[in-house]
Amino acid sequence: MHVEEQFTPKTWPEAPEKATLEAKNKFLGFWLFLGGETVLFASLFATYISLKDKVPDPSMAHAKDLFELPLSFLATMLLLVSSITSVYAMYHMKNFAFKKMQFWLLITVLLGAGFLGTEVYEFHHYVTEFHHTFTSSAFGSAFYTLVGFHGGHVAFGLLWILTLMLRNSGRGLNLYNAPKFYVASLYWHFIDVVWVFIFTVVYLMGMVG
Amino acid sequence: MGGINFLVTIINMRAPGMTYMRMPMFTWTTFVTSALILFAFPPLTVGLFLMTFDRMFGAQFFDVAGGGNTIIWEHLFWIFGHPEVYILILPAFGIFSEIIPVFSRKRLFGYSSMVFATVLIGFLGFMVWAHHMFTVGLGNVANAIFAIATMTIAVPTGMKIFNWLFTMWGGNLKFTTPMLWSVAFIPSFLMGGVTGVMLAAAPADYQYHDTYFVVAHFHYVIVGGVVFAILAGTQFYWPKMFGTMLNEVLGKITFWTFLIGFHLTFFIQHFLGLMGMPRRIWKFLPNQGLDTGNLISSVGAAFMAFGVIVMLINIIITTVQNKRVGNDPWGDGRTLEWAIPSPPPFYNFKQLPLVRGVDTWWIEKMEGKKELTPAEPLGDIHMPDASILPVVISGGLFIAAFGALYHGDKGNTWGLPVLIIGIGIALLGMLIRSVKDYHGFHIHKEELLEDDKDKGVKA
Repeated sequence: MHVEEQFTPKTWPEAPEKATLEAKNKFLGFWLFLGGETVLFASLFATYISLKDKVPDPSMAHAKDLFELPLSFLATMLLLVSSITSVYAMYHMKNFAFKKMQFWLLITVLLGAGFLGTEVYEFHHYVTEFHHTFTSSAFGSAFYTLVGFHGGHVAFGLLWILTLMLRNSGRGLNLYNAPKFYVASLYWHFIDVVWVFIFTVVYLMGMVG
Repeated sequence: MGGINFLVTIINMRAPGMTYMRMPMFTWTTFVTSALILFAFPPLTVGLFLMTFDRMFGAQFFDVAGGGNTIIWEHLFWIFGHPEVYILILPAFGIFSEIIPVFSRKRLFGYSSMVFATVLIGFLGFMVWAHHMFTVGLGNVANAIFAIATMTIAVPTGMKIFNWLFTMWGGNLKFTTPMLWSVAFIPSFLMGGVTGVMLAAAPADYQYHDTYFVVAHFHYVIVGGVVFAILAGTQFYWPKMFGTMLNEVLGKITFWTFLIGFHLTFFIQHFLGLMGMPRRIWKFLPNQGLDTGNLISSVGAAFMAFGVIVMLINIIITTVQNKRVGNDPWGDGRTLEWAIPSPPPFYNFKQLPLVRGVDTWWIEKMEGKKELTPAEPLGDIHMPDASILPVVISGGLFIAAFGALYHGDKGNTWGLPVLIIGIGIALLGMLIRSVKDYHGFHIHKEELLEDDKDKGVKA
């Protein structure tokens, strides 16, 4: 099977993301990369947990003062739904429906951008209302680093998916770009999983004290 | 990234018949090392980020006044730092596991236990980081657990030592330079291992901590293990890499001067450490009973320097003479690489070989064959495109790191712009890599046959 071959929905292979050796390598390599990323976030989580509520002055804001369920729930929903829409996109990729895939990827990107928007609002809120900043305490440094690293990953993922959409908008799917779309969606799921942990460890555990 | 590269290649691109339990030991150790790289470096990355944020943007991670905690740095560093020493030593084990069977003309003793020991060392390597922190005050329970975990590593390492010895046992030994290094490695490394177990005993470590005893210990394992392996590997694989043999006489001179110098330098340091000399100093009070020991140590270092200089001269002489050698210059090569020309063509194998067991090339030679059994007919080979972009991306990151290094200095104005430019270059490189297509190219059958005629080899 050659990478530049033109396909129809009938000739399109069942697992286009793993149809060539190149794609297989990319697929496995990316999973391993996500393994490394997991350790990276685990280190950040460990740092956050050990520095949670460590403030120089007891009157400063603690986790239970800061976090509110409605806002973090909204952010969580936006990101979780964007994960589902990226699954739709991959479903259409496997069915060789390029237009539909692009449509669902666009929705994914919009939801991701919405998530980033709530995060920016949230950070702004903490800084102005609670004077909880990156430099005010070790708690602040650890919080903004952990959540900010995740936010940075979201931003990178958005740019990545957008780049892929624009680059391939004129030529449709082939065995060269299908694995690229697939790997980007894997990355998106990974970010989502990390957020589930942030939501639990930072927000839920923060609110109960 | 490099770790992922090796892992994927080893998992996805093995030749037909090359099952995991038929892989050369060097490939196995590279495999485990790559896994360690993949999982050990992220904590260091995070630690460095936290440090950078503290220095550049006023974060409070390690500032106790702001609620921070310096022990976090120690943990993150050693969660990386301990696996890192296995990242160093496992490839060395692999190199010796290749050299010893070749010059014993026997198959590696206990191959499967060797594989098991390698994997076990890789796994335990992640369980022992706090043995660098016994004196921090983590408590008796933590110290006891990490002490026992550390001593456990001596078990798989001991298995390896015995396997190497039994490989030589009853073999038809040939003492070439790489073999001399390998034989010297076993007792030298063993001494480092034994002091390692001494250091692992947490109560005793309170006495050894930050003395020259520790310096002696890790030089015995790193020089006696890693550096010996690099020097042995250089001599052993030089013909495969450059198509010409290093001089054996000069190689042996390097070996003897380096070996004597090494023991002269570091053996005495055990005693200096026990006498109370601390680490990380370059000057000490005279007449404290430390002078003679330090002098002996310095003399040893001069011997080692001489040995390395002889080796550099050896390399120059060999390169100038440039006597070409054939596929299997040591005459007793066992693994696939000794069946192809030296240096190998850039596509390695014209036809993928059929792998029929551990030490395939040896099996074929014992059956009187002159070449490997091919697993496929001669056909076009698909090659990936070359690309400069990875260099651009890492170059950008290097520039960014340089900016970050200098940005916290008083009165420094160019640190931040350099940091931003560097990151910009890296991101741009990634963007181009993503947008541009790389389809690779084919080497055609005719060109491969043409290649044969040039070298006068039968296809």
